[in-house]
Amino acid sequence: MFRLPTRSTMLSWGLAAVLLLLAYIGESALDDYVIRILNMWGIYVILVTSFDLVYGITGQFSLAHAGLAAIGAYTVSLLTLPPDAKLMSFLLQAPHPLISNAQWPLLPALLLGGVLAALVGFMIGAPALRLHGDYLLIVTFGFSEIIRLFLINIPSITNGAMGLKGVPYLSGLRWTVAAVILAVFLTNRLITSSYGRALKCVREDEIAAEAVGVNLYRHKTLAFVFSSFFVGIAGGLFAEILGTVDPNTFRPALTYAVITMAILGGLKSLTGGVIAAGIYTVMSELLRTVEAPRMIFSYNFPGLPGLRQLAFAVMLLVLILFAQRGLMGSNEFSWDWLLSRFKRPGTKKEGGEA
Amino acid sequence: MSLLNISNLTMQFGGLVAVSDFNLELKQGKIAGLIGPNGSGKTTVFNVITGFYKPTQGNLFLDGKEITNLTPDRITAMGLTRIFQNSRVFRDLSVFDNVMIGHHIRMRSSPVAAVLRTPGYSAHEKRAIDQTMLLLEQLDLAVHVNEKAGALPYGLQRKLEVARALSTEPKVLLLDEPATGLSSEEKDEMIDFILKVRQDYGLTILLIEHHMRVVMGICEEISVLNYGKTIATGNPVEIQSNQAVIDAYLGEG
Repeated sequence: MFRLPTRSTMLSWGLAAVLLLLAYIGESALDDYVIRILNMWGIYVILVTSFDLVYGITGQFSLAHAGLAAIGAYTVSLLTLPPDAKLMSFLLQAPHPLISNAQWPLLPALLLGGVLAALVGFMIGAPALRLHGDYLLIVTFGFSEIIRLFLINIPSITNGAMGLKGVPYLSGLRWTVAAVILAVFLTNRLITSSYGRALKCVREDEIAAEAVGVNLYRHKTLAFVFSSFFVGIAGGLFAEILGTVDPNTFRPALTYAVITMAILGGLKSLTGGVIAAGIYTVMSELLRTVEAPRMIFSYNFPGLPGLRQLAFAVMLLVLILFAQRGLMGSNEFSWDWLLSRFKRPGTKKEGGEA
Repeated sequence: MSLLNISNLTMQFGGLVAVSDFNLELKQGKIAGLIGPNGSGKTTVFNVITGFYKPTQGNLFLDGKEITNLTPDRITAMGLTRIFQNSRVFRDLSVFDNVMIGHHIRMRSSPVAAVLRTPGYSAHEKRAIDQTMLLLEQLDLAVHVNEKAGALPYGLQRKLEVARALSTEPKVLLLDEPATGLSSEEKDEMIDFILKVRQDYGLTILLIEHHMRVVMGICEEISVLNYGKTIATGNPVEIQSNQAVIDAYLGEG
C-alpha cells in the first residue's frame, strides 16, 4: 500500500525520456546563451540536491561543497584536456608525467571525478562528522578551503593559481540533464529507503536514533559520501561549461550560493531545490543589469560588481523572516498530486514516486 | 540464568559518584522497578545499561553476553532498548515511519542495494511494512498511521515510543517514567498497556517510576536507590515497610 511500481513510476520514466529528448533537440535549436543558463540550472540542481541530503535530510550542516566540487572539476579538466592544450596552460612548470598525456573520454573522467570527490568526502566526513552543529560547520568550511589552497600549491598537477584553460566542451545539455535525472532519482531513492528513514531519524533526534539501533556515525558518513559523489560530478560538468578552471571558482561563495538555493526551495524538499536552482540561475542573469554602469539623474554611476549578491542577501533575509520553510517546505512533487489538479501548468520536474 | 545481569556497577562523573556498586539480576519475564528520590541515580543506571554512558566500573551482561562497553545501537541490536524520560518520538516523522525505523537494525542489504531496490531489500521492506501495520493495530495506533508523531497527544506519544521500541524486537525493555505527565486516567491506561505488551511480546521489563501506584501495581521486584547507593531490594510489600526506604523518601524522623 505504500510503494508499488505504478502509474507514478511509469510517468517518471516517461518524463525522464522526454527531458532527455528535449535536451537533445535543444542542443541545436537553442542559442548558446540559453543553453548555458540551462546547463547552470542543472549543475545547481545537483549541488542543491546533495546539500539537501546532507543538511535537510540528515541534519548535518556542511560547508564543504565548494571544495568537493573543485575535486570533480579538476579531475575532469585534467583528464579531458588534450596533451598539447596542457602544455599551453602549464607555462611555469611542466605538467606531472602522470597527467601530461592523459586524454580520457568524458564519461570515465566524470565518474572518476565523482569517485575522488566521494573519497575526499569520506576523508573529511570520517573525522568531522563526530562533531555537532557549529563545530561541524567550521571544520567542513576549513576543509573546503584546505582543498582549494592545496590545489593552488601543487602547480605540477593543477597549474596552481593560474588554473587550466581550454577545457574541451565535451558535455552539453544532454549530459547535464542526464546527470540531473540520475542525481535526483538516486537521491530520492535513498531518501525513501530504509536508510533514508534512518537519516531522518538522525536529524530529528540523535539520542533516540541510537536507542532504536541506528549507528549515527555510519549513517552520517553514508549521507556525506553519497552527496560528495554527486558534488564531484556537478563540479566536473561545471568545468566543462566554463571551459576554464581556477581555484577562485571554488571559493566559499559557491557554497553560499548553494545554501541560498536550498533555503529558497525548502531544505527537506528535492522538488524545492529543483525550482529554487532555476529561480537562482535566472535571477542572477537578470540581475546582471544591476551591476552595469548607468546614468542616473545625469550622474554616471560606475558598475559595481557584487551588487547581485546584495539582492540575494535581501532575498535570504526576507525568507528567514517570513518564509522559513522555503517554497516547498518538506513537500515533494508527486504525480498523484499533479493529476488530482489536472492540467496545472508551472511545476517543472522531479523524478519522484511519492 | 538471568536475562540481564549487572554487577558492581559504579558510575563516576569527575568527583561525583552518581551510582556506586549497583547490582541487579533480572530474570526472564519479570518486571522490576527502580525507584528512589530525585537525583538518586536511576536514569544514570539506565544510561549505563543502554550504552549512553561508559561505566567507571562493573560489568553488564545481556543473555550471557557482555554489553559493558558497547554503543547504544549495538545494545539495541542485541535485544535491549529503552524509552526515555521525556517523549523522544521523531516529531517530524509520521507514526508509521517512527515504527518502521525499528526494523532498520535487521536490514542486511547495503545502501546501494537499497537504492537499486534489489529483491532482498524489497522483501525486507515489505516484511517491515506488514509487521509495522500489525503492531500499530495491536496497540490501537493504526488510526494515526499517517499523522506526524509530534502532533499526537502526549499519552499517545508515550505509547508510540513503546511501539517504536517493540519494533526493534527487544528481549528487555527499559521504561523511564512511562506514566509521568499523564493524567490519572491515562496512568491506569498505561499500566494496563505495559502489562498487555509484556504479556503479548514476552518482555522482561525494568521500570523507573515515581508514581507509587504504578510501581507497586506492576513490579514484582523493586530496587531502591538513594544518593547512588542501593538501600533496599525486595518485593513491593517488603519495600513499603522498609525503614531505610521510608527515611529516604520522608526524611529521618
